[in-house]
Formats: sequence, C-alpha cells, structure tokens
Amino acid sequence: MEEIYAKFVSQKISKTRWRPLPPGSLQTAETFATGSWDNEENYISLWSIGDFGNLDSDGGFEGDHQLLCDIRHHGDVMDLQFFDQERIVAASSTGCVTVFLHHPNNQTLSVNQQWTTAHYHTGPGSPSYSSAPCTGVVCNNPEIVTVGEDGRINLFRADHKEAVRTIDNADSSTLHAVTFLRTPEILTVNSIGQLKIWDFRQQGNEPSQILSLTGDRVPLHCVDRHPNQQHVVATGGQDGMLSIWDVRQGTMPVSLLKAHEAEMWEVHFHPSNPEHLFTCSEDGSLWHWDASTDVPEKSSLFHQGGRSSTFLSHSISNQANVHQSVISSWLSTDPAKDRIEITSLLPSRSLSVNSLDVLGPCLVCGTDAEAIYVTRHLFS
Amino acid sequence: GKELDGEPTVTVRAVNSRKNQMCFDWGPGRLLVSNEPPSNKKEMCSCPFIYIIRKDVDVYSQILRTNSSMNPMNLSGVPSFVALQDVSGLILCVISFFCRLVRVSKNYRSVIRACMEECTSVSILSAMELIWNLCEILFIEVAPAGPLLLHLLDWVRLHVCEVDSLSADVLGSENPSKHDSFWNLVTILVLQGRLDEARQMLSKEADASPASAGICRIMGDLMRTMPILSPGNTQTLTELELKWQHWHEECERYLQDSTFATSPHLESLLKIMLGDEAALLEQKELLSNWYHFLVTRLLYSNPTVKPIDLHYYAQSSLDLFLGGESSPEPLDNILLAAFEFDIHQVIKECSIALSNWWFVAHLTDLLDHCKLLQSHNLYFGSNMREFLLLEYASGLFAHPSLWQLGVDYFDYCPELGRVSLELHIERIPLNTEQKALKVLRVCEQRQMTEQVRSICKILAMKAVRNNRLGSALSWSIRAKDAAFATLVSDRFLRDYCERGCFSDLDLIDNLGPAMMLSDRLTFLGKYREFHRMYGEKRFADAASLLLSLMTSRIAPRSFWMTLLTDALPLLEQKQVIFSAEQTYELMRCLEDLTSRRPVHGESDTEQLQDDDIETTKVEMLRLSLARNLARAIIREGSLEGS
Repeated sequence: MEEIYAKFVSQKISKTRWRPLPPGSLQTAETFATGSWDNEENYISLWSIGDFGNLDSDGGFEGDHQLLCDIRHHGDVMDLQFFDQERIVAASSTGCVTVFLHHPNNQTLSVNQQWTTAHYHTGPGSPSYSSAPCTGVVCNNPEIVTVGEDGRINLFRADHKEAVRTIDNADSSTLHAVTFLRTPEILTVNSIGQLKIWDFRQQGNEPSQILSLTGDRVPLHCVDRHPNQQHVVATGGQDGMLSIWDVRQGTMPVSLLKAHEAEMWEVHFHPSNPEHLFTCSEDGSLWHWDASTDVPEKSSLFHQGGRSSTFLSHSISNQANVHQSVISSWLSTDPAKDRIEITSLLPSRSLSVNSLDVLGPCLVCGTDAEAIYVTRHLFS
Repeated sequence: GKELDGEPTVTVRAVNSRKNQMCFDWGPGRLLVSNEPPSNKKEMCSCPFIYIIRKDVDVYSQILRTNSSMNPMNLSGVPSFVALQDVSGLILCVISFFCRLVRVSKNYRSVIRACMEECTSVSILSAMELIWNLCEILFIEVAPAGPLLLHLLDWVRLHVCEVDSLSADVLGSENPSKHDSFWNLVTILVLQGRLDEARQMLSKEADASPASAGICRIMGDLMRTMPILSPGNTQTLTELELKWQHWHEECERYLQDSTFATSPHLESLLKIMLGDEAALLEQKELLSNWYHFLVTRLLYSNPTVKPIDLHYYAQSSLDLFLGGESSPEPLDNILLAAFEFDIHQVIKECSIALSNWWFVAHLTDLLDHCKLLQSHNLYFGSNMREFLLLEYASGLFAHPSLWQLGVDYFDYCPELGRVSLELHIERIPLNTEQKALKVLRVCEQRQMTEQVRSICKILAMKAVRNNRLGSALSWSIRAKDAAFATLVSDRFLRDYCERGCFSDLDLIDNLGPAMMLSDRLTFLGKYREFHRMYGEKRFADAASLLLSLMTSRIAPRSFWMTLLTDALPLLEQKQVIFSAEQTYELMRCLEDLTSRRPVHGESDTEQLQDDDIETTKVEMLRLSLARNLARAIIREGSLEGS
C-alpha cells in the first residue's frame, strides 16, 4: 500500500467524510470534510486534494490536501454527513444538530439550519435542563435521522423547524450509530450490544426487530449497510470485533471476526466495490478487508441490485444457489472457501484512528494524533 | 524578573492584601486566587471573586502541534522521546548509540525550526534552537579541540542570517565592488571565517580597480593559506598549531611593513585576521552579538582551543563586547553556563527564562541519556530529569486535548510516573461517552483497575440520575462492578413495584450472560422471565421458576410478598399447577416471611391499615395455598392410584 499522505493539522480529528459526487459523474473524489473534537475551539473544515499542478515550498507532495475553508463548531463533532453537494450535517456533543452550507464562490461555510435541543436528558422546559451528546447522524435527502446518549431518535426534514418525529426513550442505553436500511426503516446500535430496527411507518415507540449477540453484551459503536444488499449489515464493537448480520435471518450475526484490539470506531463497505470493507479503531490501525475472490466472473455480479426477500427463501433451486454466491462472501458460512485478506493501511501505529471514508479509489482518515491521511490509489 | 520572551506580567485587579483577604491554591497548570471584595457596608451581598490564572499556552502548544509534513508523527517530539527511551534500553555499540543520540537531538531541533516557520513568536524559538544547538555541540557531540572550533563556526553561521541577504544584494548589483555594503560584506565573511568567499569578493575589487590589484592578491593569498582543520585532514593538532603560528607571523610581518597602508579596509581585515581585539570590537555592529565575537576571536587567535578553556574566552568576550554599557540578558547567562559546561546551571536558567517546560524537559531527558558517554562528570541526577518530565506532562494534562500525549511521558517516569498518571487521569473532564471510553482504554492498558472502577462508577451514577438505566448497567458491566449492578436492578424493581410494569424491557429481556454479574440482576432477569412465561401461558414452567426464585434465596426478602402475590393467579387456576411438594414449599416461605415480622410498638393508623392489608393478603394466601394443597394431594393421589 503505497502513497498514503499524512498532514498534521493541529486539531484532533473525529470525523472525515468525502463529499459525494454528482450522480453519473466520472470524476474521482476531490473534496472532503473533517470535524474536530476535544479542543476549546472545534472546527468543521473542508479540504481539497485537487491537483494544483505545482509543489509547495516544502517540496510537498502533489497529493497534499489543502484547506479550503472552515467554521467554528460548538462542542465536539460527534458525527458528520454530507446531506447533498453543498450541505453538511454535524452532530454535536452539546446535543445540537447543525446543517452547514458551503458557498463555493467565496469558499466559506455558514450555518444553514440548526436544531439546538435535539438531544437532552431533562428537557428545555425544565429548570434543571441538561443536554446530551448527539452521537450519530444519517441523511437521506430530505430526511435527517439523529440518535444520542439520551436514547432518543429524531427524524428531521431539512427546512422544517421542528422534528417530524421523535421517539423518546427509544433505548435505555446510549445509541451510538444509525443507518438507513430501506427508506422508511432505520437500524440503530447501542451500548448494550443490540441492533434495533425501527419502522417510521409504524406509530408506536417500539422497534420492529431486535438483534443481539448471545454472548457478552459488548457495546456496538458503528454500523454500515451493504450498498447493494440492504439486509446485510456490518457492526463494530467495543472489543474490536467485526460482526456481519443478515437482518432477515434470525436475531444473531452471521459472522464474527476478531479484528482490532480496542474499540472499532467506524466500519464502511466500499460503496462501489462492496467486497471490500474498511475498519478503524482506537488501537491506531486502519484495516482493509478484501473478501473478493479471484474468480473472474464474480466481477460481473457486483452490480446486481438488492434482491427482494423471495430469493433468500429456503429454495434449493439453482437460481437460489447463484444468488447465494452474489450474496457475498461476507455471509459465507464456509470460511475455508472464501478467504478474507486483511491489510493494515497506515504506515505505523499512531493514536486512535477515529474515522475513515472511502469513495472510488480514494480513502481519507483522521486520528487523535492530529493527522489526516489521504490516499488516491486504494486498489493499486 | 524579565523573561526571555518578554511576556509582560499580569496584575490581578483589586487584590490588595491589606484590605482584603486573599487565598490561593495551585492546580494542574493553573493558579486559583480568591479574594474577598472590599467590605462595603452599603453592599448587601458580597461574594468573593475567584480568578483563574493560567499560563498562556500559545507558544507552548504551537511547538506541540507543528503543522509540518516534513515531520510526520513528530507531534511535540514524542516519537523522538519514546524512541530515545527505548534506545537506551538496548545494548548497542558506542558509536551507533552516539549516532542515535545526535540524530534524536537534531530531530528535536528540526521540530523547533519547523515551528518557527509557522508561528509568530520567532525570537523565543530561535533562542531555543540556538541554545539547543550549542548544547548538542558541547554535551552530545562532545567535540574535542580542533573540531570544536569548526562546530562553533557552523553554529554561528547558522544563526546569523543577514550575510546571505547582504550577499545577494551586493552581488546582484551592477558593480558589486562599488556597492555601499561591499566592504561590510567582505568583513563579515572574514568574521565568519568564510575566507574563500571573501577572496572571490576581493578578486572583483581587484578587477574593478587595478591600482589595488596587487594588495588584493596578497590578501587573497593570505586568506587562501590560512591553515584550518578540515574534516578529512590527517594532520595532528600540533602540526596544525605550528603551521598556524607560521601563518600568523607572516600576517604580522605584513602589518609591520604597512603593506596594506593604502587601503584602510584591507588593513582592518588584516588586523581582524591577526585576532586583534580592538579591530574586532570595531566591528561590533557586524558581529551583532558577543558569541559571534567569541568565535571569531577564537578563530583568529586560538583555533585549537580546548573545551575546558572555552569559558575563559566566553566570559571575557561577553565583558569586552558589552563594554560595561549593558548587562547580560538571560540568554547570555544561559550560553555562558553552557560554555562553562555547567549543565545544571543551563537547565536552571532555561527553566526560569522560558515560559514552558517543553525545552528543559526534552533537553534534560536527552542529556540524561548521554551520561554513558561522558568523560567528565556531568551527573545531575535522574531525579531532575523525572521532575521536569512530570512538570511537562502535568502541563499537558492541563490542556483540554493534549492529555493523550501526557500519558506517554508519565509512562517513562519510573518513580512517580504511574502515581501521577493515576491522579491526573481521574480528573479529566468527561463530557461525552466517547471520551470516557478513550480514557478507560488508557487505564485498562496499564492495569489501573481502581481508576477504571472509579470512572465507571461516576458515569454509572450520572446515567442513573438521567434515568438511562441501560447505560448505567453497561458501565457496571465494564467495571465488573457487582454492587452497582445491584443498585441498578433495585431501581428497576422499585419502578416495577410503583408502576406495576417494567420499564426498559429491551434491556431486561436481553441481559444475556451479564445477568450473572450480581444476584439482584439475575433475579431481575429471572423475574421478568417469569412474567414472560406467564404471558405465554407456560404455567408449569412459570410456577417452578417462581418457586426457585424464593428457595434459592436469589430474591431479596423485601420482594417475597410480591412474589407470593404473583403466585395467587397460578393457585387460582382451574387446573392444578403447583404440586403438593411445591405448595408445601410455598407455605414454608410464607411462614418464614410472616414469622420474622417485627413486633409492632406504637403505630399510627396508617401502619395499622397497612397491617390490615398485609393480614388480609396473608389470609388470602393461606387460603389459596390450603385449597391448592388439597387439590394437589387429591390429584396426585388419584394418579398414583390408577
């Protein structure tokens, strides 16, 4: 793994996210956003890795990322997502959710919308008001879903002042992360090791499904959904374990893979090559999991869209078997057949790697050692 | 006193120790001062003012967070620091150890220099680099006579930068030798021992004014033939001294013969090269500081100076240069102490003069590692090293985000590091669970179980107060804190009794192996299981579970009445659920419970009413149990019979 560039930025980075590309675009990723934490003044920053065609005075590398603009953020940046090309949603440790707007013409960021009391322990009305950190945010234009240490789930819509839907006390423990399954359904992970699926079409405050490990109630910190198969989900736990789940089948994970030595902070399926998975951890490492096999015809099966559940039924026809192989080696119950190749991407151990993001051949990650690493040659 | 960086002292307003009472306390990196406001009878309320005085950490944190892609991973020099600790643990041959020390030293200096590129207070940083560089030459490289002067020359050239811009100016002009600053340039080149470049300048002068070509050539020859020690040279020091003596005498002859009388510039250059103090002092402005004067003086009067003789020259150079007009500044004292090889004094002066601990802590640590190579006694005690590192690391903990670095430093303080870390780590403010998890990870990696327990307990208490019982349980599990798990379970049970139903079923239903952490928690889980079984109409299973909860003594005594009351619907079912044996057990439990009731003394009406309700319940239970017993006996009897 060559050509990974580091830049030291004088702030601990909690989140890094690539700006999404316009649909159908053939460009590679060029801009990413970062959020910082643990400083007296935290910032949301936008960076560019576009070719400037010249070397800087240090003889710096051509891929070196440059700061475009930044804006002050109150509280730690707990999570960050691009809402669309211009807007970024940030979750704060003060319980506030903010939408920032990027103005490309003068390269500035401004606050577009804010829900200041999205998460709290005791409400804004009461005299002993205490806020709670908002731990996760996920966007699906125009909806924004947030979760927090107060066990609350909020559904916001851009440009609506109040939350569209709030599930109070959805969980008696802390909700660490959230992701969309299919559009009206979301999946949350919490600090007692449970996955819960919520359906916003239903009125009640109960999850429609609960999954958990049978073993110790190890807190789960991150979750990501397979880009094509919407029932396949990966989670990372406090013990560094990677679990792959099929939410249609039973309440237990399909595979458990011992991975890092400490909390796994983020897990990401690669959006266009989902046979590749990336994880980063408090132990200072970033791993690339490659479950693709060498069989050439596999590549043509990559782009099959999500299948409906009928194909996953217990049919033993040939058709089901073909799709079984599409369903990917993540769910394979035969570890000998589909080996997973794991590579560590960072050159040496550092402090915790808090966040990563992948888009095309580009990867960006941020660490507590105040460094941002970027590579544009992920698969070479 | 005056500080090296010229920071003004801050006066705290309105502290007048005669009028008001004042008290203060030191905290981590800061000073807390409190004073009573003037006692004004007109004021109704008078509360004391509290000031928090904190060191300005700007320069300090800028060094730590050097934005430099040239030094990846070199945040504050920690990797150099850590590498250094590891190196001395290995048994290496002397030369490679020596090389590593020098490399580490140069690494630290590059951190300082990289920082200089970034931040605004360059003067203090360049002073730091100046001092460190000198320490590297004298203490780490321990240059002997001969190379010593070469190192000192390099040192001076590195830190007096005006030469290059002056040179560019003069050479860039049309007629360099006619430039205003031409002779200044030549002089300063000679002062810095850059005789080749000086010769080149002179040749331009020779070209421009043929009248002086002759003497320029002579001067150029003198410059060319000055004996110096070059790195690859194999001549001994004695040989060098001899040759140099001859050359010196030749220069002296030219002076006697007034060869350069026609050119005052050249004559003054000759005097400089003869090491004439008066001539050197005339160039005070070009020299700009006394240590430049010192090195030039040595170059042209005693190039084979021995290290132990340095301090004589240093002191006299300082005195001559200042000429009684001004007094030495802190930087001067530090450099003097270094020339005297008094490391202790260097560290002491630096600690006073510099407003941060980064410099002294790292320098002392590096010098401590050098004691293996010392030929003369530079021992100043590992205690000082540790003291400075502890101070530095404590300062890091005072900063909101640099605590993670502080951990590494405490790790390498053998005496007090661990204890200090234990104290500091518990006091890090934890505003999010994510931060708490990172702190806990640090503790767990070092087997600091006490701190883990205490931090988890604080977090669990906060969670309970905020009614996040699942989080509270999660923290109890992390700390393996059975007592707290019991507390959380009691909360659940209390809620159940008050509301008649369970809250947070998602938690209780899915406790898993965590149930085993405490008896109360196990009871809670099993009790909930009982309710589930009842809901699923698995009455026989529910019945045995209920009974076992009492007989195994897992249920707290206070809850027995509730459990027995829960048994009532089972007893009243059409079919017989509890066997005879089980009914006997239940009766035994009931008797156990009622017989142990405290004797009532004076009681008010409410107590009496409670008693009434209690008595009624007990009566109902006795009745139900008796009826069930009868039915059970009959059923079992008839089954056996048939």
